[in-house]
Amino acid sequence: MSARRDTEPDTRVPWPLAVPAVLAVLFLLLPLSGLLLRTPWTELPQLLAEPAALQALRLSLITATAATALSLFLGVPLAWVLARSRRPGISLLRAFVTLPLVLPPVVGGVALLMAFGRRGIFGQYIYEYTGFSLPFTVWAVIIAETFVAMPFLVVTVEGALRSADRGLEEAAATLGSGPFATFRRVTLPLIWPSLIAGSVLTWARALGEFGATATFAGSFPGTTQTMPIYIYETMQSEPDAAIALSLVLLVVSVTVLALLRDRWLNSGTRL
Amino acid sequence: MRKIALIAASALALAACGGGSADDPEAGSGDSLSGEITVFAAASLTESFGNLGKAFEAENPGTTVTLSFGPSSGLAEQINSGAPADVFASASTKNMDQVVESGSAADPVTFANNTMEIAVPADNPAKITSLEDLAKKDVKVVLCAEDVPCGVSAREVFKNAGIDVTPVSNEVDVKSTLSKITLGEADAGLVYVTDVKSAGEEVSGVEIPADVNASTAYPIATLEESKNADLAKAFVDYVLSDAGAAELETAGFAKP
Repeated sequence: MSARRDTEPDTRVPWPLAVPAVLAVLFLLLPLSGLLLRTPWTELPQLLAEPAALQALRLSLITATAATALSLFLGVPLAWVLARSRRPGISLLRAFVTLPLVLPPVVGGVALLMAFGRRGIFGQYIYEYTGFSLPFTVWAVIIAETFVAMPFLVVTVEGALRSADRGLEEAAATLGSGPFATFRRVTLPLIWPSLIAGSVLTWARALGEFGATATFAGSFPGTTQTMPIYIYETMQSEPDAAIALSLVLLVVSVTVLALLRDRWLNSGTRL
Repeated sequence: MRKIALIAASALALAACGGGSADDPEAGSGDSLSGEITVFAAASLTESFGNLGKAFEAENPGTTVTLSFGPSSGLAEQINSGAPADVFASASTKNMDQVVESGSAADPVTFANNTMEIAVPADNPAKITSLEDLAKKDVKVVLCAEDVPCGVSAREVFKNAGIDVTPVSNEVDVKSTLSKITLGEADAGLVYVTDVKSAGEEVSGVEIPADVNASTAYPIATLEESKNADLAKAFVDYVLSDAGAAELETAGFAKP
């Protein structure tokens, strides 16, 4: 005992915490190992080379990337407003716009239908004047994914903006830089790591989106049938194919996590 | 809601009438039945089995029938993966056969038949009057997914009629297909005649000529893994009884 430095805290884990902690680890990892054990490894290449599977994967990659781009375009300015504005009601606004974080995605899908469907409160006018209706189109998939995933970006970027060094922004302003130029040249580079982390998180959430997409966009190969929907439908007829595709999404998730871990560590030490 | 209550009430009345008849086997053994069962039933049975479940519970106090509805293909897969169910009512013999082949059920009995109908929103925005209208390019048609019984039947109808229809969406089951029409998002869809009936005023039906229409048989069976085999058997008998047949007929099903 005396050998230990007095600055080091006791790191032994008391058993009332250790036992549930081990159970928690098992609980989280057993299903994943089940997936790995049940994966038909020998047939894997041919299951993944299935044109329908590739089509779903391609659609998922495209729509998740588009949803992330849309989230960046709309979400970063929103995050800036939430972090910098002193107007009353901002915290209420924040609560509303981050609601999709906790809202069940299928409810989001129903809400999107009520708003932007052909008979929706806004959608009916779009349909009336342009003859275009969103449901069953690839745009509906992108909108559903953006609705569910954008709050992840907003929350991440807002946090970074709040903890960013305001002194640099003020210095830029005193040197004659306008507010937007300051945002572009000073603020954005400052929050760069969080912007990347938020984008990756948003992309991953969009890639996994199921409920809102199935409800709002439907399911048709090549147009609206994304990977999660394809997995769900394949599970009913060919479980092996569904397991193989689940594995692909698992690998993607692990990769995302690995990427984020680096970013978070870096940004953590920098801020 | 009032309509459902009325149907339930009439089912109860019918059940009471049929109580004493010879082919109502569980009528005399009501006192020995207790506990609960879970019934996995095709989505198209949502209303009729909902009513049958309530009527069965009312006739056998102390019993609880929990109903789980979904696409027959998905339910069959769940049963074969060990889902704790006592009775399976499928919208196709194919999905029942999958369960029988895996040893999860034996000796299914067909209790009803169903045929397809075109469902359109009440105001029929695309002016659908025949099957051929569905092949038009700007008509938004929704179908059940290809592996789901209603999706199999829908494609059979198109094949019989020799028309080529590209849907805008393949929905997970017949009820989600129907909801896209009730909401007016799609112009038309192929669902069962019973679904058009259950949707009430929100949708109207366009009949499919009998010579090209497809029908599907509904088999029911108790499951081997059932922890309450007596109650499961009693429920199946009830579905097959006169009272059950009357309820199914009210819903628009054809006799097997």
